[in-house]
This record gives sequence, structure tokens and C-alpha cells, in this order.
Amino acid sequence: MHIPTLTIPEIRRALLAKEYSAQELCQQALAEAEAGNPSTNAYLHFSPERAMDAARRVDALIAAGADPGPLAGVPVAVKDVIVTKGLRTTCASRMLQNFVPPYDATAVERLEAAGGMIIGKTNCDEFAMGSSNENSAFGPVRNPVALDRVPGGSSGGSAAVVAQGTAVVSLGSDTGGSIRQPASFCGVVGITPTYGRVSRYGLVAFASSLDHIGPFSRTVEDSATLLRVIAGRDERDATSALAPVSDYAVAMQQDVRGMKIGLPREYFAGLASETGDLIAKAVDQLKALGCQPVEISLPHTDYAIGTYYIICTAEASSNLARYDGARYTYRSANADTLEDMYGNTRDEAFGAECKRRIMLGTYVLSAGYYDAYYRKAQKVRTLITQDFLNAFQQVDAIVAPVSPFPAFKLGEKMSDPLQMYLSDIYTITGSLAGIPCMSVPAGNTSQGLPVGMQILTRHFDEAGMLRLARAYERATS
Amino acid sequence: MKLNEEQVRYVANLANLALTPDETTHFADELSQILTYVEKLNELDTSDVEPMAQVLFDVEDTATLRADTAGETLPVEVALANAPLSGAGHFKVPLVIER
Repeated sequence: MHIPTLTIPEIRRALLAKEYSAQELCQQALAEAEAGNPSTNAYLHFSPERAMDAARRVDALIAAGADPGPLAGVPVAVKDVIVTKGLRTTCASRMLQNFVPPYDATAVERLEAAGGMIIGKTNCDEFAMGSSNENSAFGPVRNPVALDRVPGGSSGGSAAVVAQGTAVVSLGSDTGGSIRQPASFCGVVGITPTYGRVSRYGLVAFASSLDHIGPFSRTVEDSATLLRVIAGRDERDATSALAPVSDYAVAMQQDVRGMKIGLPREYFAGLASETGDLIAKAVDQLKALGCQPVEISLPHTDYAIGTYYIICTAEASSNLARYDGARYTYRSANADTLEDMYGNTRDEAFGAECKRRIMLGTYVLSAGYYDAYYRKAQKVRTLITQDFLNAFQQVDAIVAPVSPFPAFKLGEKMSDPLQMYLSDIYTITGSLAGIPCMSVPAGNTSQGLPVGMQILTRHFDEAGMLRLARAYERATS
Repeated sequence: MKLNEEQVRYVANLANLALTPDETTHFADELSQILTYVEKLNELDTSDVEPMAQVLFDVEDTATLRADTAGETLPVEVALANAPLSGAGHFKVPLVIER
């Protein structure tokens, strides 16, 4: 078995043909993941006992002639902002360095019930705040494609392990691009489903109206399989949607001939780069498949970053208020009074980006500024969403870049937070609207750096998005 | 919008962050830049636009709420397991009220 090229269907075939057992695969996956980690720092910690328990369950089901589940024997990595019962969940923060959750996230419960083997928890930006994975309290992740470059963020570790071949699939989380951008930088598939499609129960809250859990994989089919397992209504998350989950495998068989593909003029206007050339080439490929490109306009695009950084910081400042030094493992040694316990615990244990966002969010929610900033941003969010709803009256899908540039060098953009925020422009718009979006590999630059093409569709039309992504992948591989 | 250091200290106090003097200086500068940038939103007239607090779907507001009945909760010792300091079934914090 060669784990870096394994896929879910191949694992299933081999297990059922008894070429190897889930326990053998699990042991090898754990050994290779641990051996490969020093070069990338993509895993924060491993879970050999938990993974081997899952493997034993799969082997027992196969021995009994029962269906071992759609993720049987699949080595999975989980971003360390998704809670795992009895398994440390740090959010890549000093604040939660020793936090051991008392319950499992719904997505974790579902993927293990489907036979998945969680081999470890992945590194990320602290509390999922960042676009480069350089904000982790436990050191940055290096991009396996080019070790002097960032893997993107915030789910940098989850993208890196799939690209490196030290997991077959992984879970990440996306608030403003944290799945799509690292998928693009590392050359793998990454999906941000419709808001509410996957339960957020057990996803440590950053910006609740924008947070999503979603999959990473090396093939479109594997992401679709993992998404189908974790998607669907969950009573424990009141924002999880009631809409039924479609059979993505059926959708991916369908032809894309005649599909209308919207190209937002605002996204392509300033994109004179190798990234732009590769996306143009991908659009030509879609045309060759019978899709019909249509120029569209998303007129409020220029306001998306401002809107996003008001809403996400406001929600973050409120969500992160719970880290008070009383309940979540870390308390400052200098905590003689209640006020000192709060202030010193938070100043010592949060990193710079978390503090920056807490400060900005507290400011925009503070007396006298709520209407001018927060409420204003919520209104502009309506306009941005309306742009997409209007566009989807003309087209079936939108195709766009994921990031204006490929993976950059470690340290290159750390000194200017505003510039780092501005690079999120193409992913933030879809997040604000809550529509499904994904990144699918669209070739490499002359320096060998991967570039992702973004596909966006209507609310709950993951099937249409996956159909287009699969047709493109089939035509280009 | 320009934030001075006094305003930064006020916000830090609201956020329960004991910032160092260096951080205060730094944040005054960075937050001013970011706030100046987001003021771009004022170019838009939004007087007739409804605010979007959630991604809304075509269902009743309460359709996704579960029945209001008691379910299982975490046992006290499990809920306290991550506390830096606990005792007698409670989280322990520094003395709040002088005797």
C-alpha cells in the first residue's frame, strides 16, 4: 500500500479483497505520519490508540461479512479546532494547550461511525484566525510542495497532510477561506459546504455566523464521500439545515454540457498574473467540456473585506470571552484578583492575531459604534448575498480564483496584517453569502506552485458544484 | 478613524486584556489602519437594507429548534476536569468579596 496515492475506493477494494487489514494500514499510516511530520509540522499530536480501536472495529465488521461503512479503514486527520473526546484539542493556542474535551464533535462522531480512523490532530492558525498558518502557538506549518513556503491558513495542517500523503482525507474549518485557500496553496481539493450543511457542534466557535466544517482530499470523489458522511441535520446545532443531503456520487456522473458558468468581472479585472492565466486555461477547459462562460457582475465585491473583518471580529470577541482563566485549563500565575486573572490570563495566552481581532471586535461592538460598524456591516452583507442570488438567476455556477497569488514564503507577509486580510478577497464573498464553494487543483505556476480554481454554486447545490469539479478533474488528469 | 492609546486602553479594559505598553502603542497604529480601511462601507447607502445576522433559509424561524425538554448533561466532575482550580464541585476563582 502506498498511502500518498491511496483513495477511499482503493482502500475499500483492498480491504474487502483482504490484501491488507485496516489494522495494518493504520499502523503504516501512523508510522509514516509520525516520520514525515518533522519536515512540515502539520500534525500537532497523534492518536494511535483511538485510530487502532477504529481499525479493529473495521476488521471485525469485514470478518463478519458486514458492511464496514463508507470510510472504512480511511486514515483521517482532524483540524485541532474540532473537539475529540479524551483527545487534546488545542486550537493551536497556549490558552488550550492542555484542554481535553469531554465530548466529540458531530462531524467526528459521524466519520468514526462510518469507519474512519482518526490518526491525529492538525496544526492551524490560532483559533483559526489567519491566512498562512504562521499564527500557531506551536510553530508554523511548512508547505510540503515547497518547504520554504506557507501552506495557507487557517487549515494549513489539514491541507498539508493530504498533500504530503500522511493522511488520505482530513477535516478543516472555514470562516473566510480557511479551507479553500490552503487547498489551493497545497494543490488538493477542499470544500466549504453551504452554511448549516455540516453541524458546527463541537467546532470551537470563532465567528458563529460564518464558521463551517469541510473536507480536504486528493480527489473530488473522496471529498464528496467525506462530505456526505458528515453532512445533514443535527439537533445539537440549531443552525444546521433541515434540507436533505443529495447523493453526490450520482451527481458526479452527470454531464456538464450546457452548464452556464459565471465569471465575475470584478474578480478578473485586477488579476494579471500566472494565477490569472491558469484560471483562464481552466475556463477554456470547461468550455471544451460544453460549458457556456458568461460574464457576470458582483457589484459589492469591493466592500466584502471590510464587511467580513467587522463581522468576524465582533463575533470572535464575543466567542473568545469564555477564556477567562476559570474554566479552560490556562490561568496566569499572576491572578491575585479576579481582574488580574482575566486580564493577565488573556494577555499571556492569546497570540497577537487573536488579540488584534478581539480588540477590533470589542471596539466595533462598543457603545456608540455598534450601528456605525457592526449593523452597517450586516446590512452590506445582505447586499453581497443579493449579488450572488442575482448572479445565480443567470448562471448555474461561478468560477473564480481562490487567491490572487500562490503560496508565499514564510514570514513574507507577517508584518502587515491589513495586507494579509486583503488577500482573502476571493474567498470571503462566498463565506458571507453562505453558499457552497470549493477549490480544485488547476495546475502549477512556472515555479511549480499549485493554483486552485474556485467553484461556487447556489445554497445547497453541492451536487452541482461537485459535478463541475469532477468533470474538470476527469478532463485534466 | 484614528484610535489613540487612551482609547486602546479603554477597549482593552472592555475586552479584559491586560495589554503591555508596547502592545497598546502597536494596536493604536494597527487598529487605526484597519478601521480607516473598513470605513469604505460608508460609501454605500444602506438605509433601506435589512441587516443579515444569519444565513437564512426558507423555513420558519423556530423550525430548527429542538423540543424544550431536558436532555443529558455532563456530570459535574467531567465539566470541572479542565478547570485550572476547582473544589467542592465548583470552579475556584480569586476572592471577589472581602469579608
